[in-house]
Amino acid sequence: MESILFWVCSTGAIGGALGMVVTVRNTVYSALWLVVSMLSLACLFIMLNAQFVGLIQIMVYAGAIVVLFLFVVMLLNLTGGVMGAEEQPLLKFVGVALGIAVSLQLGSILLRIDLPWPEVSPSYGTTAEIGQALYTDYLLPFEVAAVLLLAAIIAALALAKRESD
Amino acid sequence: MDVALVAKTLFIFAVVVLAFAPLMTWVERKQSALMQDRIGANRADVLGIKAIGLLHPLADVIKMITKEDTIPAGAHRFLHTLCPFIAAVPAVISFAVIPYGGSYSAWGVHWSLVVADLDYGLLYVFAVGSIAAYGTVLAGWASNNNWGMLGSLRASAQMLSYEVAMGVSVLGIFMIFGSLRMTDIGVGQQETFRVLGFLEHLGWVAPATPWVGWLTLPAWGIVLQPLGFFMFLAALMAENKRAPFDTPEGESEIVAGYFIEYSGMKFGLFFMAEWIEVVVIAGLMTALFLGGWSLPWISDQEMIGWLSGAFGPNLANVLAMVVNVSVFLVKVCCMIWVQQILRWSLPRFRYDQVMNLGWKILLPLSLVNIFVTAILILLVDEWAS
Repeated sequence: MESILFWVCSTGAIGGALGMVVTVRNTVYSALWLVVSMLSLACLFIMLNAQFVGLIQIMVYAGAIVVLFLFVVMLLNLTGGVMGAEEQPLLKFVGVALGIAVSLQLGSILLRIDLPWPEVSPSYGTTAEIGQALYTDYLLPFEVAAVLLLAAIIAALALAKRESD
Repeated sequence: MDVALVAKTLFIFAVVVLAFAPLMTWVERKQSALMQDRIGANRADVLGIKAIGLLHPLADVIKMITKEDTIPAGAHRFLHTLCPFIAAVPAVISFAVIPYGGSYSAWGVHWSLVVADLDYGLLYVFAVGSIAAYGTVLAGWASNNNWGMLGSLRASAQMLSYEVAMGVSVLGIFMIFGSLRMTDIGVGQQETFRVLGFLEHLGWVAPATPWVGWLTLPAWGIVLQPLGFFMFLAALMAENKRAPFDTPEGESEIVAGYFIEYSGMKFGLFFMAEWIEVVVIAGLMTALFLGGWSLPWISDQEMIGWLSGAFGPNLANVLAMVVNVSVFLVKVCCMIWVQQILRWSLPRFRYDQVMNLGWKILLPLSLVNIFVTAILILLVDEWAS
């Protein structure tokens, strides 16, 4: 059962990512493939006992950010070959080079993993555990991230203010 | 297959989808008739039996299914067909984590009345609900219609805005009950607290004064988080896009908004989704704020204890289950009624008013609510230790 789900979800994740690239001419379809990929990833997280991360993945990425993408695409009516109409050979080259670099790095990490995985407690990945970790051991990074977000909010406000003046 | 799990799922389906959702169409008609001083739906009859208009849902189904199903030229056919399902399915499955009864054991069998008792219960509802936005947002775009497109744009902005307020306004409940698990929250609400207990802690009356203990209240969410109750209800109703928050539909401005190009049962599915969401909202509000399945001042153990004295432990558990499920359904009906009253008595919000309410009123208020709740929790912990 679990392995069937795993294969379905990983196919969804990779297929969604591929579909996103293939349908790049139609931005809405591209965004929808992104949702498929993200939902599959969320299912994989949940199967790995990281339910909190999985659900946040659905809520934030699939449920909010891509809806925002769609909102912008629809508002500016970017469908029908407006996006990516001009070919940029340099960008293509950089993209391929970066892709190869990331795959090489991933491959080198995958080769160095020692199996079997270390045992974890059954409560690992639950909301309570994540909260405990965030607010005790990782309090400083957490607060720094909060400050970063605050800066982003203030910057967005400043930009919006300048537009309206 | 786990028989109990299948039975519980079927029960939810039978109650929410097969019973409540069609009844909601009748309630909606009768409520609007009542508010507008009419008699309301009463014409559908089978062999002269009219049953106060209760046959109308049946007539609706026959009409919806036999109507021509049109897809406009230039529409995205696949997405156009998919959207009603994206809208309806999340509404149905989000009831999975709402407990409609406690846990009981009789004749050696132990069962608890919730389909999935998840550790991350309410997060699941939020996650599933955020997927439902796609049904609305894509429907208008896929129909290749400008009114539909306007409805979709409004829907995406509105649902995103209120998701924030929705999540933040309910945080107080998690802080008080210390859990995201819906059954924990339900059990936590069975406790009672002494309203005047703070007088002892402040030293104004002697400790253990008898009259201080006379006035007790159940620790329901609505008692502990009154502001949270109203804000969460407002945010949920805005997520459901029904009047007064019906700007994506906007009958008087953009004809029918996002589902303008839908006919037949696809249109019916959008409406079903709205009504099922009304039931889900009522269930959520009951489980989080109105004490769930329990009667006020009576915890599950007390009730099973009393019933055991009269009927023996096995029958007592079964009876307690019947009482609890009935109590839950009565509360759900009350919350549905509240939503219907609001829907038919408040005038529609303008689009900018909807946005202002979400960002400028609900969000700051819910942040203040968290802050005040945190201070009160610290104070109560201090006194308790």
